[in-house]
Amino acid sequence: MQNSILKNELLIKRIKSFRRNKIAVTAGIILIILYLLAIFAPFVAPYSSNQNFKQYFFHPPTKIHFSDENGLSWPYIYQTKSIGWAEYKSNQQRKQPLKFLVTGSEYKFLGIFKSNLHLFGVQGNMPIFLLGSDNYGRDIFSRLLFGSRVSLFIAFVAILISTTIALLMGGIAGYYGGLVDNIIMRLAEIVMSIPSFYLLLALAAVLPLDISSAFRFFLIVTILAFQGWAGMARVIRGMVLAVKNEDYVLAARAIGAADKKIIIKHILPSTSTFVIIRATVAIPSYIIMESGLSFLGLGIQEPAASWGNMLSSAQNITKITDFPWLLIPGFLIFITVLNYNLLGDGLRDALDPKNTYSV
Amino acid sequence: MKTYLIRRVLVLIPLLLAISLLSFFIMQLSPGNYLDQLRLNPDISSDLINRLESEYGLNQNIFHQYLHWLWQLLHGNLGESFSYRIPVTEVIGSRIANTFILSLAAMIIAWGLAIPLGIYSATHRYSITDNFLSSFAFIGLSIPNFFFALILLFLIVKYSLPLPVSGMTDIMHDFMSPTEQLLDILRHLLVPAVVLGTASTASLMRQMRGQMLDVINSDYIRTARAKGLKERTIIYHHALRNALNPMITLFGYQLSSLLSGAALTETVTGWPGLGKMMLTAVRGKDIYLAMAGMMMGSFMLVIGNLISDLLLALNDPRIKYD
Repeated sequence: MQNSILKNELLIKRIKSFRRNKIAVTAGIILIILYLLAIFAPFVAPYSSNQNFKQYFFHPPTKIHFSDENGLSWPYIYQTKSIGWAEYKSNQQRKQPLKFLVTGSEYKFLGIFKSNLHLFGVQGNMPIFLLGSDNYGRDIFSRLLFGSRVSLFIAFVAILISTTIALLMGGIAGYYGGLVDNIIMRLAEIVMSIPSFYLLLALAAVLPLDISSAFRFFLIVTILAFQGWAGMARVIRGMVLAVKNEDYVLAARAIGAADKKIIIKHILPSTSTFVIIRATVAIPSYIIMESGLSFLGLGIQEPAASWGNMLSSAQNITKITDFPWLLIPGFLIFITVLNYNLLGDGLRDALDPKNTYSV
Repeated sequence: MKTYLIRRVLVLIPLLLAISLLSFFIMQLSPGNYLDQLRLNPDISSDLINRLESEYGLNQNIFHQYLHWLWQLLHGNLGESFSYRIPVTEVIGSRIANTFILSLAAMIIAWGLAIPLGIYSATHRYSITDNFLSSFAFIGLSIPNFFFALILLFLIVKYSLPLPVSGMTDIMHDFMSPTEQLLDILRHLLVPAVVLGTASTASLMRQMRGQMLDVINSDYIRTARAKGLKERTIIYHHALRNALNPMITLFGYQLSSLLSGAALTETVTGWPGLGKMMLTAVRGKDIYLAMAGMMMGSFMLVIGNLISDLLLALNDPRIKYD
């Protein structure tokens, strides 16, 4: 009883010390916004991820005007006309006002509610490209939003799977010791001895080409998790070794608790702080790995969007100098990873028991 | 020390064997093989394909294929590359050397910057420079290698800087004098090495700062200060050596991320290294080349780990392997 009160006090202290870290809190808020945008992607995006406007390929970001000859006005855009290969000229005569909450292409929100409401759009036949368009004339802003669903959640799912594997493997290896321990740890060593990206490349090449994008997503998650569990399992094994002869574990064994219960209920919780920190710190590397794979064309395949495969159209040096907006997905990867790093750093400071609090 | 070394090398044998097994079976899992691509080509007769099939032993069962490959591997023969039609050893040698040059250059940049900057940050904790360096480290940590490389290339082209954007040598390379050739390679090396180097600089610098702070706050440093030693002597003589120890362990870990990071950086900057070769091999189902790439990458990694363990023992008299 007293123990649990103490534990709660410690937790409150930790939360307080985390909340005092302004940078980490800001990073957390930015991440929440990014995730919300990803969830509400079909609503926020003016178009669906594959809607293409063939006559407007490599269209530069549309300029939104806030004033006209009569001073301030409702935001509007000019219609543009193609005057050459990927060259556009705006037609000052034809204004198209920006509209909020417009009806557009139909989508299923959260896979349940049918809707065709979009946050914004323009009326008329000129599409709005907030961040430009790609080689098929698809709106980059919309694709970024849809791509963020892949890029942001893939790391999340992968870390969940690899953490589960690591907890199981590390827990079993540490608890049973002997031959089991030896086999699991040697296995982890093998996985760790192959340069991670080489392993990823080889595994990604195994994937057949004719599978649905959802299944591919799942397989890539599995691959990421497969090469990520080893390092974590090793540390968890060490922590399990340290606590498995503590009195409370011995007591649990003495009253005849099953091994499974002892491992899951009594031993693994002691590793929770480490697991949380490690998972937050590891998420960015998964995001980078996924985008790297997709960038090389081995990850998420067109027409599905992910930040990595959107960047792969910028691989050509002449393209990025002519159409620099193709680099935008890279900045989003950077922003996401940066905020995860800042958040992870803050969490580590707040949760690390070695840290002395000046509360 | 000697027995330790022998034991470590002996342990490597089953490890490498297991890696070879794993890389072989992963490549076997991949759908289709190189000959399937040739089969689709109507210009190639089925006779030729059958001949190639028996030549490479692709018609035998996989265990036989594995044992055959392993046997050849032990004799220093890594098989023949399908796409280059020359022995893998000939393709891979120069690639390993190139990746090695790139990694070495990146490492020199990273350690050369990270250690002094880390020490400075730790001794001037919370100063403006320290905060600036910390922010720089976070940015460096967060920017994906391939994206950073793209941005650098973009800047080079945009501001027409006199730097090459791709490859390792100029077209005129063969007609240059040896000094010019060296300079030419260094010019091409600059972008990939800076990209890879800064990525590791960021994390190393933070580690160095942390280690240094831990050491500076310990009792024996207080004693040294109380004795009235010069601050320089305290930092460089007493603190630095102890702060460096954990960094040496990092050297081994760093190698893994260096090799992985190099793969993407090489692809973007066209540096003809192991990672770029691995990608083409994997894409083209050139299995012997891909397996050799994986084996060589792993080999470099385990050797690097071994070296870092030995360095640790050399630097720290408390660590004794027996």
